[in-house]
Amino acid sequence: MNLAARTIEAVPPAPAASPDDFEALLDRVRAIGRDVIAPNAEGVDRDARFPVEAFDALRAAKLLSCYVPRELGGMGLELSQVARLCETLGRYCASTAMIFAMHQIQVACIVHHGLGHPFFRDYAREISSNQRLIASATTELGIGGDTRSSLCAARVVDGYFILEKQAPVVSYGAFADAILVTCRRDEQAAKNDQVLVLVRRDDCTLKQLSAWDTLGFRGTCSPGFELKSIGKAEQIFPVPYGEIHAQTQHPVAHLLWASLWLGLAHDALGRARSAVRAEARKNPGVTPVSAMRVAEADLVLNTFRSLVQATLADYERVLGVGDIEGFSRFDFVLRVNDLKLSASQMVVDIVQRAMLVCGIQGYRNDSKLSLGRHLRDATGAALMVNNDRILGQNATLQVGIREA
Amino acid sequence: MHSDAIRKLLAEHARLVVDPSRLGDDSDLYEAGLTSLSTVNLMLALEEHFNVELPDRMLGRKTFGSIRALSAAIGELRACT
Repeated sequence: MNLAARTIEAVPPAPAASPDDFEALLDRVRAIGRDVIAPNAEGVDRDARFPVEAFDALRAAKLLSCYVPRELGGMGLELSQVARLCETLGRYCASTAMIFAMHQIQVACIVHHGLGHPFFRDYAREISSNQRLIASATTELGIGGDTRSSLCAARVVDGYFILEKQAPVVSYGAFADAILVTCRRDEQAAKNDQVLVLVRRDDCTLKQLSAWDTLGFRGTCSPGFELKSIGKAEQIFPVPYGEIHAQTQHPVAHLLWASLWLGLAHDALGRARSAVRAEARKNPGVTPVSAMRVAEADLVLNTFRSLVQATLADYERVLGVGDIEGFSRFDFVLRVNDLKLSASQMVVDIVQRAMLVCGIQGYRNDSKLSLGRHLRDATGAALMVNNDRILGQNATLQVGIREA
Repeated sequence: MHSDAIRKLLAEHARLVVDPSRLGDDSDLYEAGLTSLSTVNLMLALEEHFNVELPDRMLGRKTFGSIRALSAAIGELRACT
């Protein structure tokens, strides 16, 4: 517990970019979105291919290290600013935004829990200088979706670890420079006595176990892999995975996912507005009925945005004061889980409302107002960490909590 | 100290992977397999047994981290009643 307190406090107070700098950065990301990401979004989705052009551009803009502190070569953005970037990317291609978000979640694990140790400090520098892309392998065949249990175990011999894992889903695993892998602390450890290991792509073999032909988020290229790796023991995070999960990986995942879903919903509503304008032009002076539908959908979008911002503020407050205990409190866990449940439903709701406004133009795959990809991507939100699992956890916590 | 009673309740309700009789007062209960969800069952058992009510501020890793911490929390609550 004390160790965690030291490392999480070791996060340097974010020397935040000035608001003007950040607005300029957002403009740059919008330009990348418009000129590079959007033109490739359809092909990425159709062919279920990694968005190479998008990540070339994001790397060139040094955005893979945007959450790394400045003294380690990064931009030193705050999490709420990273969330704005995820939202912005989500407007152009949800797969690209999802890969970016997942990468930033892993960067946050390193920044929050590793910087007190030379290996992870050096690796943070490497993320900045070489724009490393980091994936994660937290689920395991034979366990189901419970990321807080592992079958595989790290075997540490003479300062080196040996690790083998059968992972059913590793998003962009074949395109990452490193993978954060959960496993049991050692072969005697309990299922949930886990550690997190940074496995370098160069030090591991990945045997693909399945294909990735899904309804949505096709560009994340997330098949299963059998991973085998040997590396130095210093690549094992110095704190238990349970703490990393509670303090960073779980809450940051839900915050950044919700942010990119917000971007996806924003774009769907933007397409609905285009449809309404086209209709209004035909009959000047009369507000089309479909504009009412857009007005209603905008209510949902605003609620969605407020929820994301409020939960981000809660998280940053707990993080800012180094309140380790705060992360494990039932009310905090419930708030983060509630965000995931609500956001994953609102994103589908907004896309469906937009579909009604766009009509057949939204339903077509070959129209400028097509919403097929949005709808398919949006339905994935409830499944990545299944909402029923989260709701079940909330139900148990509700038995324990006195007042939220 | 309420250590023995807590060990018994741990055995019945916490679904640890380690036999609670082999745990020291300062052993990390989360490392022994306690999860945020099993703390709820343990909490209900503690409340029933000791006739106390754990406030929200005590529902976290600090209170549930070890037998000693749980014992101290119970002691504090019983002193108040």
